[in-house]
Amino acid sequence: MIPLSYYVAVATILFIIGLVGVLVRRNFIIVFMSIEIMLNAANINLVAFASYYGSLDGQIAAIFIIAIAAGEAAIGLAIIIVVFRRKIATNVDQLNLLKW
Amino acid sequence: MVTAFFAYLALVSIVSGILTVALRNPVHCGLALLTLLLHVAGFFVLLNSEFLAMVQIIVYAGAILVLYLFVLMILNLKTEERVFHQRTAIIAFVTAGVAGVFLLMLMRSPFASVSGAVTPEVLDFVGHTKAVGITIFNDFLLQFEIIAVFLLGAVIGAIVLAKNPLARQPDSSDKP
Repeated sequence: MIPLSYYVAVATILFIIGLVGVLVRRNFIIVFMSIEIMLNAANINLVAFASYYGSLDGQIAAIFIIAIAAGEAAIGLAIIIVVFRRKIATNVDQLNLLKW
Repeated sequence: MVTAFFAYLALVSIVSGILTVALRNPVHCGLALLTLLLHVAGFFVLLNSEFLAMVQIIVYAGAILVLYLFVLMILNLKTEERVFHQRTAIIAFVTAGVAGVFLLMLMRSPFASVSGAVTPEVLDFVGHTKAVGITIFNDFLLQFEIIAVFLLGAVIGAIVLAKNPLARQPDSSDKP
C-alpha cells in the first residue's frame, strides 16, 4: 500500500508546475492548459483522500470538477477566439485593459 | 508491483507536466498534456476508482483536449520568439521554494486513517460504477442538477461569444 502522503506530494508538484505555467507562459492556450494541470492535481488529491478514508464523497467532487473544467474550457476558448478574431491581443500580457 | 506502477505514473506525469509548460510549439504542449491526463487516469485506477478513470479518459482526453487542439489549429498560432515571461527565473525560483516548504510539511505530517464504509472490498463486491451512481443520485442530486444547468449555460455562453458578428452585416445594412 502506497502511503497517502506520496499521492499528495505528486499532486503538490503537479499543482506547482501548473502554477508556474500560468505565471510564466505568454500564450493564451498554454495558460489554459496549465489551469487544467492544476485541476488535475486537485482531482488526484480528492480521489486519494476519498479512497484512503473509505468514502465516495471526494470522488463525486472530482466528477463535478471534471464537469466544471469542461465548461471552463468551452467559455475560455470562446473568449480566446473572440480576442484573436478582433485582433485585440496575441499574448496574455497584452490584455491589460482592466489592469490598473 | 503497485509501487513500481506508482513510481512510473508519478515520474511520467511530472515529466509530461513540465513538458506541457516548457515546450515551445503549442501542439506539442497539447500532446504532453494528453500524456499527463492519461497517467492521471492511471492514478485513479491505482486508487480503486475505475469509473473515474474512464470519465477522465473520455471527458478530459477525449473531449476537452480535442477542443483545445481544434482551437489551436483554427487560430494557427506560430511558435514565437519570446515564449516566456520576462521574469521567468524569479517566478520559478520563488514557486519552487514555496513548493519545497509545502513538501517538507507534507512529508512530516501524519495522515491518520479512519476507514469509512466504502472499503476496496465493498467496491469489489458492489462495483465502483454502481456505488458512484447510487451516491450521486441519492446524496448529491441537487449538485448534479446544478452542474447540468451550469453546463447548459456554459455551452450557450460559448456559442454566443464565438458567434461571428460580421455574418449579419448585410442584413443590418439593407435597412437605412
